[in-house]
Amino acid sequence: MNETKFQERIDAEKKIEPKDWMPDAYRKHLIRQISQHAHSEIIGMQPEGNWITRAPSLRAKMILLAKVQDEAGHGLYLYSACETLGISREELVKQLHDGKAKYSSIFNYPTLSWADMGAIGWLVDGAAIVNQVSLQRTSYGPYSRGMVKICKEESFHQRQGYEIMAEMAKGTPEQKAMAQDALNRFWWPSIMMFGPQDSDSPRTGNAMKWKIKRQTNDALRQDFIDKTVGQAEVIGLTIPDPDLKWNEERGSYDFGEMDWDEFWNVVNGNGPCNKQRLAHHKKAHDEGEWVRNAAKAYAKKQELVAN
Amino acid sequence: MAENATVWEVFIQSKNGLAHKHAGNVHADDKIMALENARELYTRRNEGSCIWVVKSEHITSSESEDSEAFFDPSNDKMYRHPTFYTMPEGSKHI
Repeated sequence: MNETKFQERIDAEKKIEPKDWMPDAYRKHLIRQISQHAHSEIIGMQPEGNWITRAPSLRAKMILLAKVQDEAGHGLYLYSACETLGISREELVKQLHDGKAKYSSIFNYPTLSWADMGAIGWLVDGAAIVNQVSLQRTSYGPYSRGMVKICKEESFHQRQGYEIMAEMAKGTPEQKAMAQDALNRFWWPSIMMFGPQDSDSPRTGNAMKWKIKRQTNDALRQDFIDKTVGQAEVIGLTIPDPDLKWNEERGSYDFGEMDWDEFWNVVNGNGPCNKQRLAHHKKAHDEGEWVRNAAKAYAKKQELVAN
Repeated sequence: MAENATVWEVFIQSKNGLAHKHAGNVHADDKIMALENARELYTRRNEGSCIWVVKSEHITSSESEDSEAFFDPSNDKMYRHPTFYTMPEGSKHI
């Protein structure tokens, strides 16, 4: 199959499967995007894991544990999808450790109070859902199927976060202040999760042509903002953007300038927690090596016994 | 660095009496670990009543590029479908 035929299949909304011919650049783009997505799920366990031992009630603790376990599961679905492109899990983890593969910048911010668990569920998972719902229609079969599975589980994450925010917003003045503070810190990084503006996003062209992405960064960001502003109003919190205004003509909210210098600074490793997140992942991976080796040795021994 | 663990394909029976359906795969070194990993990964919300795991390397697949030729023999056998047959006017369903 050549590139023209490949594009015809894409244009006809046919899914591409692992054994099908695909252009090298398509494969590379997918490996980069899916692995970044997988690493984000896994690294994303850390800022929330930070609060498991300090959750304010047994109910909150059980929910947070279940959510963090889901993130691990979502990471594994995505690694599986990525491996179908001919790259091993070991190589993917190595790329993360070497800094060759990235993960979502949002997880390089610290979680300072319990309200941050609310803000992450509501805003970060909310943004992720908008992105993932769109990606259910991606052209690569295994990625698309992974997204369907993830979307089914993810809406609980957003609801639990919004519930925490709502509870705190109607609590004591101190609790409400904590909720507002969490919103203030997470709002801008959350809307920057969708990536650079379309005019500054060199890879968007191919990704749209190949239907890897189905909507541009700006379209997804606008969708998220339009959905979220009303949710903030309902619980009496204020989005920290003085330029936020309903635009009757567009049927959408106008919003202020994003600080892309800060965004790139964090992407390039200088955010508050970049070093800590990666160091923690490496440590867990290294300390688990003997377990992986033992499991392998045990499997070998059983084989010998069986034969 | 240790080599990749073995990949196992996971099939889940959602309810007693139904067929097992492919759900995805897991990494594991032996079959017990594969079953337990599959349970943790694919049935966190009561999705299953039974799980099969089978090493991916043991699955043989037809080639999707050859699917036309491969499935060709069934194309011209319309008489295998009930709609091929004309029923006499007025007859009840059999």
